Amino acid sequence: MEGIIGYGAYIPRNRIKVEEIAKVWGADAPSYKRGLMLEEKSVPSPDQDTITMSVEASKSALKRAKIDPAEIGAVYVGSESHPYAVKPSGTVLAEALGATPEVHTADFEFACKAGTEGMFVALSLVKAGEVKYGLAVGADTSQGAPGDALEYSAAAGAAAFIFGKENVVAKAIKTYSYMTDTPDFWRREYQYYPQHGGRFTGEPAYFKHIVGAGRGIMEKAGMKPADFKYVIFHQPNGKFPFRVGKMLGFEKAQIEPGWLVNRLGNTYSGSSPMGLTATLDVSQPGDMILIVSYGSGAGSDAFIFEVTERIDEVRDLAPRTRDLLDKNKKYLEYGEYAKFRHKIRKAD
Amino acid sequence: MRDVAVIGTGMTKWGELWEKSLRTIFVETALLALNDAGVDRIDSMYVGSMSSGIFVGQEHIASLLADYLGQAPVPSTRVETACASGGLAFRLGFMEVASGMSDVVLVGGIEKMTDVNGYEATYALGTAADQEYEGYHGITFPGLYALIARAHMEKYGTTRKQMAMVAVKNHKNGAKNPLAQFPFEVTVEDVLNSVMVADPLRILDCSPITDGAAAVIICPVEMAKKMGKPVVKIIGSGHATDRIALSSRKDITWLEATYQAGKRAYETAGKSPDEIDVLEVHDCFTIAEICVMEALGMVEKGQGGKAVEDGLTALEGKIPINASGGLKSKGHPVGATGVAQIIEIVKQLRGEADSRQVKDARVGMTQNMGGSGGSTVVHIFERE
Repeated sequence: MEGIIGYGAYIPRNRIKVEEIAKVWGADAPSYKRGLMLEEKSVPSPDQDTITMSVEASKSALKRAKIDPAEIGAVYVGSESHPYAVKPSGTVLAEALGATPEVHTADFEFACKAGTEGMFVALSLVKAGEVKYGLAVGADTSQGAPGDALEYSAAAGAAAFIFGKENVVAKAIKTYSYMTDTPDFWRREYQYYPQHGGRFTGEPAYFKHIVGAGRGIMEKAGMKPADFKYVIFHQPNGKFPFRVGKMLGFEKAQIEPGWLVNRLGNTYSGSSPMGLTATLDVSQPGDMILIVSYGSGAGSDAFIFEVTERIDEVRDLAPRTRDLLDKNKKYLEYGEYAKFRHKIRKAD
Repeated sequence: MRDVAVIGTGMTKWGELWEKSLRTIFVETALLALNDAGVDRIDSMYVGSMSSGIFVGQEHIASLLADYLGQAPVPSTRVETACASGGLAFRLGFMEVASGMSDVVLVGGIEKMTDVNGYEATYALGTAADQEYEGYHGITFPGLYALIARAHMEKYGTTRKQMAMVAVKNHKNGAKNPLAQFPFEVTVEDVLNSVMVADPLRILDCSPITDGAAAVIICPVEMAKKMGKPVVKIIGSGHATDRIALSSRKDITWLEATYQAGKRAYETAGKSPDEIDVLEVHDCFTIAEICVMEALGMVEKGQGGKAVEDGLTALEGKIPINASGGLKSKGHPVGATGVAQIIEIVKQLRGEADSRQVKDARVGMTQNMGGSGGSTVVHIFERE
């Protein structure tokens, strides 16, 4: 049966604390920490972008999959921060991994769910027998305007998954998508920062679609919340995943292993996929995992995975996601952060 | 002048009504009022709306709403005097029926405020200030009321805690109102620890941004009696203006328009402050409720804060204020607020206010205020 045969994550080592951002804008740090359950977030270095992070995460996925990269027939990168408006991220990634030239490549964009979109398509091609292996990455160097509420959460990170039919680590039991035209968050061409509808991004957007997708896939699979060991929801802030989990009938303990946002921030297309890599790191054979992404605009992709015995063999072939999150951190001041994120630029 | 009664009320749940447009919200509300009154026609209608042009890009809403309510070609008039638009619409409807020009009049109020973001909403509300002398210099409405609050604290020793207690009381009442936007209780600590908006006012001192409408049907008392309706009679009406800019006022802690409108309403009703059993007043900010009580003669000048602290204004107190939850808890769709206040008083006088019913309420008052007090409309009602 088809499923994930290798997975990997990448997190830049730079961090900035909520207090450091709040200090600059005269904002109330404790209320952000309490209200959004955020402490710090990852920040990419000046030489890092969606492509470099995708390469790092994919290399880890390859280590766990133990396959010849030339046999990968599909490479998909989901992001809302592709470095180029025209010219794919996927070609660079495929070339760097050694998957070219016999490969189908595409970039996906659907706000924070572009990563799971790529997963959906790569998995489907494997299932259909069109390709032997398919690689899908969710990665972002998210943009948040200076002083906007988004600045406290917009972070950087990537997660990569290789799908195949043999040596599967997590069998793909069911997939489901739930979508409407709901404009809660957008960025037009030539705009540097996105705009959002404030609280409109909550009830009619995030909650409606995740609940819709979560209920839909469980009904399709004939399963209930108690049947899952773990569940991962998109993590725009610390509070939302727990709230939506409660709405769907999940316990905190099912959510926590994949809940990274309080110290990672929102890695947009990488958010729920990275929650999945962290969850796989701690899962045992036979565990059932539900993941539901969310992308503004708006929609959710849901997957049910069943972990196999191969997890014990591959788990430590590449860095664990929590180790990337907790070790080797470097804290930035706002000035460095502003430079790294190109919020200020040196005169020519 | 004929005696006039309120015979029907209509209101739906207030809040962030993203799924509904301005016209839908209004029509749903107006139909409830028509059904409650049991009438199948109206002679004319008035609609209070402060700023539909900025909030939803739609002017000419008097005709639009008459059309969508299926009432065109009846005459329909939009009334604007900032946040007192609803109250003034009611006064004009009352005058039309009292004069004999019409028998059955629908008075509604509406504001759809959440189609724009917070900055635009703040701007729209700010247009109720004196733009040249206040707005263009950067002050917002919370800023203006913060100045009033600070002056009241300095002059009368009103405390931060007393202001917080206004919000605590109104939320306690609002928790009993199923139509309120924020039907939950808050504590003094919650208010004092909430996010600072304009020192000394914090977010829980401020009324919210709300989508909502309210509508009532009025007709001559004689007609109401023939229809067998419970008669809540309009016995007093007052409307007054004041200098819009705070800097033009002699004393910014004193709401002259509220005093004048109240005085006129008491005179026409033949009532004094101690004869009012229940009040709905314009608590757009906690300090506003304190100043309004003083201007209406409910307490001595400067004693508003203490009255709140002593529990006089609680549901079971001597002067129950804002049993509905007030603007603070019920919500504040600006054009609708004045009409919703009247609905609460009608319910109280009919004895239909359920768990927030003020005992033995026979005479009730509404006070609806525009801007930082530049206009005020006061009405007094009595159950027959």
